[in-house]
Amino acid sequence: MRSKMALYCLRGAVRSNYIRRNYGVCGVQLFNLYSTAAHTLRVNQQIKEKRKRALLGGGESRIDAQHKKGKLTARERIHLLCDPGSFVEYDMLVEHTCSDFGMEKQKYPGDSVITGHGLINGRIAYMFSQDFTVFGGSLSSIHAKKICKVMDQAMLVGAPVIGLNDSGGARIQEGVESLAGYADIFLRNVLSSGVIPQISLIMGPCAGGAVYSPAMTDFTFMVEDTSYLFITGPDVVKSVTNENVTQEELGGAKTHTTTSGVAHKAFHNDVDALLQLRNFLGFLPLSNKDPAPIRICDDPWDRDVPTLDTIIPQETTEAYDMLEVVVNVVDERDFFEIMPNYAKNIIIGFGRMNGRTVGIVGNQPKCAAGCLDINSSVKGARFVRFCDAFNIPIITFVDVPGFLPGTGQEHNGIIRHGAKLLYAFAEATVPKITVITRKGYGGAYDVMSSKHLRGDVNYAWPTAEVAVMGAKGATSILFKGKPDVSKYEAEYVEKFGNPFPAAVRGFVDDIIEPRTTRWRICQDLDLLSTKNLTNPRKKHGNIPL
Amino acid sequence: MANIAAGKGAFRALETIFKDQVYNVSYGIYRSISVSSLYLSSFRNDPFNPNESRFDKILVANRGEIACRVIRTAKEMGIKTVAVYSIADNNARHVRMADEAVCIGPAATKDSYLNIDHIMLAVTKTGSQAVHPGYGFLSENAVFVEKLEAAGISFIGPSVEAINGMGDKLESKRLAQAAGVNTIPGFDGIVNDADHCVQIAREISYPVMIKASAGGGGKGMRIARNDDDARDGFRLASQEAASSFGDDRILVEKFIDKPRHIEIQVLGDKHGNAVYLNERECSIQRRNQKVIEEAPSVFLNEGTRKAMGEQAVSLCKRLGYYSAGTVEFLVDSEQKFYFLEMNTRLQVEHPVTEYITGVDLVHQMIRIAKGHPLLLTQKDIPIKGWAIESRVYSEDPYKNFGLPSIGRLYKYIEPLHVPNVRCDSGIDEGSEISIYYDPMICKLVCYGNTRNDAINTSLEALDSYVIRGVTHNIPLLRDILTETNFIEGNISTNYLSEVYPDGFKGRQLNSTDKQHILAIAACVFSKMDMRSYTFLNERPSTAKRKEPAEWTLVISLFDEELQCDVKKVGNKFHVHMKTDTLSVEDHINLSSPLIQTNINGKPIVMQLVSKDASGKLQIVYQGTTFTIFVLSDKASKFLKMMPEKPTVDVSKVVLSPMPGMVKSVSCEVGDTMAEGQEVCIIEAMKMQNSLVAGASGKVKAVHVKAGDTVGEDDVLIEFE
Repeated sequence: MRSKMALYCLRGAVRSNYIRRNYGVCGVQLFNLYSTAAHTLRVNQQIKEKRKRALLGGGESRIDAQHKKGKLTARERIHLLCDPGSFVEYDMLVEHTCSDFGMEKQKYPGDSVITGHGLINGRIAYMFSQDFTVFGGSLSSIHAKKICKVMDQAMLVGAPVIGLNDSGGARIQEGVESLAGYADIFLRNVLSSGVIPQISLIMGPCAGGAVYSPAMTDFTFMVEDTSYLFITGPDVVKSVTNENVTQEELGGAKTHTTTSGVAHKAFHNDVDALLQLRNFLGFLPLSNKDPAPIRICDDPWDRDVPTLDTIIPQETTEAYDMLEVVVNVVDERDFFEIMPNYAKNIIIGFGRMNGRTVGIVGNQPKCAAGCLDINSSVKGARFVRFCDAFNIPIITFVDVPGFLPGTGQEHNGIIRHGAKLLYAFAEATVPKITVITRKGYGGAYDVMSSKHLRGDVNYAWPTAEVAVMGAKGATSILFKGKPDVSKYEAEYVEKFGNPFPAAVRGFVDDIIEPRTTRWRICQDLDLLSTKNLTNPRKKHGNIPL
Repeated sequence: MANIAAGKGAFRALETIFKDQVYNVSYGIYRSISVSSLYLSSFRNDPFNPNESRFDKILVANRGEIACRVIRTAKEMGIKTVAVYSIADNNARHVRMADEAVCIGPAATKDSYLNIDHIMLAVTKTGSQAVHPGYGFLSENAVFVEKLEAAGISFIGPSVEAINGMGDKLESKRLAQAAGVNTIPGFDGIVNDADHCVQIAREISYPVMIKASAGGGGKGMRIARNDDDARDGFRLASQEAASSFGDDRILVEKFIDKPRHIEIQVLGDKHGNAVYLNERECSIQRRNQKVIEEAPSVFLNEGTRKAMGEQAVSLCKRLGYYSAGTVEFLVDSEQKFYFLEMNTRLQVEHPVTEYITGVDLVHQMIRIAKGHPLLLTQKDIPIKGWAIESRVYSEDPYKNFGLPSIGRLYKYIEPLHVPNVRCDSGIDEGSEISIYYDPMICKLVCYGNTRNDAINTSLEALDSYVIRGVTHNIPLLRDILTETNFIEGNISTNYLSEVYPDGFKGRQLNSTDKQHILAIAACVFSKMDMRSYTFLNERPSTAKRKEPAEWTLVISLFDEELQCDVKKVGNKFHVHMKTDTLSVEDHINLSSPLIQTNINGKPIVMQLVSKDASGKLQIVYQGTTFTIFVLSDKASKFLKMMPEKPTVDVSKVVLSPMPGMVKSVSCEVGDTMAEGQEVCIIEAMKMQNSLVAGASGKVKAVHVKAGDTVGEDDVLIEFE
């Protein structure tokens, strides 16, 4: 029943390749077996059979086992990811080349990966989907070659590559061939980086060397409870370090989306993940030669948003949720947050402004007062660089009290990690719009897409205060040992606790009413759509990695 | 005092930047009737002498809708207004409406709106000549009135004596009796025996309630409708009382059958005149808080109305009462009425009276405080049409008919496009409903020539009332207004518990309703799908591709699943479900909160609350929000293969049912608690809620302490 469904799924796809002429093959041979016509018939029959086998992957029992684990098969996944009937498959008939350990007797047409291209909401994407039912989705040399083929083609035409990972690792029987295969993919990941969007969706195991391909793609998504990413599994961990750890704890979706920051988001199950991936792709351009996409927009761009007037609390020490600011600015409150559970003191993600994709970066006062630390800097920096590479304008909401102090941060290198975010913002040549909602203190003010780093339009809300540091800190240094420090503190607040020092120097272009933020940004983005700025020619910069 | 300065500083800072946004222009002249009639859209019956003197400036010692309400009338009268506000309210509507505003302290009411000293300071600093207290807060505080009078400031309300006299239960009953007002009859002494009981019962008149002096919780209570009942009742009640309380003393009191809460609005002046402005029926209540009020009452006959009105006026005259006041009665099924209490202030539900009588009560209160005589006589006061007030609260009606909910109203649109609708509210889009104040969002007052008209207007208004960001009680209001007993006028103070014995469960849908909701959900999904194909700056090769025009969908609502075929034909969606095909006009805008379109040519109104890429839609139909999942048939087929996620075992944790403050925690780590034992108390919006252990067990962790602020569904206590 289920294999039938798998067959049904691909019907549309096969049709396009299928030789349609019907010779009336019916099992009774009326011709001489050696006539050329009979030969043609036999070949046709063989093609048909091979395709049928390819569609079945590792066979019905393995498909059932896959389903029992709560996972879809590789073909079902592609079927759900692509627009109906749009998937075009490559290399359905390739077979592995291994002849050791009795492998020559076990061959599956297409081997352990399905590759090709299809449409996602009418837009082209290349993809591969590893088939766990064939040798546990393990990577043979031909498996790697299939992937490389679609990656190469995607680079040629300029279209995203989507990897649906579900693989036990290297095809051990093939030895170093398999290792070479990984490296071939890694190289292409690197060369494609910044040219076409690369997205990995981890839908099963992904271990050992295999993890480095997703690690180098732009976005890594995971499926809760059924996907794992680790260099070495729990058994090896136990034997080497004597730690007892489960797969889920070591490299499950929760671990990677909250603790390690390896994955960008997790979804409930395969279906949810694929539907959300379709949605996500709508935010991305097809390549670095395409502009940020503009989708038809139903939400009036020129409306005031009164809600923005009331979000910032009166007490400057009181926290608020920057996400509220973000969803009230973007179209239809539709914000695709990236890494929502990791380094929560910074918010990153995609939204649309009058239909046009924008990347949003915002300090989150709700978490650690919105300060910048190692994790949030790295999280923000990688996102800013993605947006810059793919022509996506960046909108930055600033409420930052500074970098997080302490030995924990200093000893782990906040200096070089914080520099990454600074580097990324400074280097970016896409339109950059900045809104200071409240604090912009110290070096962190500079970092957060300030005017000085070529911010195109920088706004301050009336609650903004740009200063070297907070009043208490500043006066305790300036007036150390003096009796009346609190008096100076009040004076400092009076002087610097407002947007004027920045405004009189032109560090912000205007002090704006929060409710006007949406339409102003929409207007600015229109103006900046013809922005033309390039950095000095170089092989590449040397970002403080 | 420091708070005043600090808050004011913040306000001034804003003011300097957006002066024109913050301040409205003040009115110079006493506006003519036409302006007011915008407000009382039906008619105006509010006599005054255009040349009479008036206050130059009044201060409104309140917040929210009632402050806005008072300011509105004051403006119409050409009187300058001063608002007071707490720091939490600095951006509130009443602050922006007033000519001046003074910050009187931090958010907590005892430090701001109840702080007499700060308000007195605001009065003197702004040179206000009078103070309107609104309702609640200081409106019935005699000390405040005395202080005002001592400072030579007029109080827009009654005298200290009236407030004191009516403020005390026993005293007010005594005064009412002296004025010839019916009070609940009862025998103040102890009943000797069964015969004595019968004798008393006859004097009071049946039915009577026989109850234990020491009683409580329904134990030892008997209702007697005749002599035999009284005899038996006495015997049984005293036995029960003796065994339950060890005290067999018995009292007898009039039993009020199916009591209705009906109140009479009165106005008196300082010259000894008093009139009644007919009744309001406020029987639909939960936990003694009114939910729906109407005027007139569907129940009173002309004779009863007159009798009640005259008694109310008699009480006013006896008290020398001036300003607006309300005499509350309980009315039994035979139109016998009994005095409950008198409220010496403007009531929340005053707008329904304004609608049917044409009198602007705030206007008259201000005139009266200035010393002008009432120009209304009893015969000038009509009952014209019907008005219904629905109190829209920020609360979850599925929990105990309403537990407070807080949040920011990120979208808020009042249904003022519907004729004969008045919205008295103190909030705007972006306002925050906080734990500090009353969670009322708006008083939706709808008017019509008949009760039916008023109900229909209310329904139309509620259906297109857009409130996002908080949970609100519109589902309940909407349901009551179409419930048979309500429509027939068959209501009492027990209404909610009788009509919804198991609590409110949301709108119950018939098959047509369901079909309509599913059809709209299918169209919204299709519309979203089409839009996801339409990019304006794509490569030519991609841009040529057509968006889909046909969908096979699987829609689930509650636990039911239905296949649905949708086809876009011209400007219509043809939605085929089971055996029916519905034609839905494509007036659906995905970013508009309201969906107003036609299904098979018939207009429908729904609201689109949320939508996401996983196929989850939230649609409001007739007040209730329905969660619907729409998927393509293939996604739905695959979804069935996905494993169910395990749910959190709630018996091991105690979650906060609403946002609020922890009042007290009554367990510690290691304690063994029994199922149902109280573990902590959460206080929100003046209500204390006792939270209990869901199952017996040992306390593993206590995450809160007294004074903490908690959000909805926060884990408070964990069990092992």
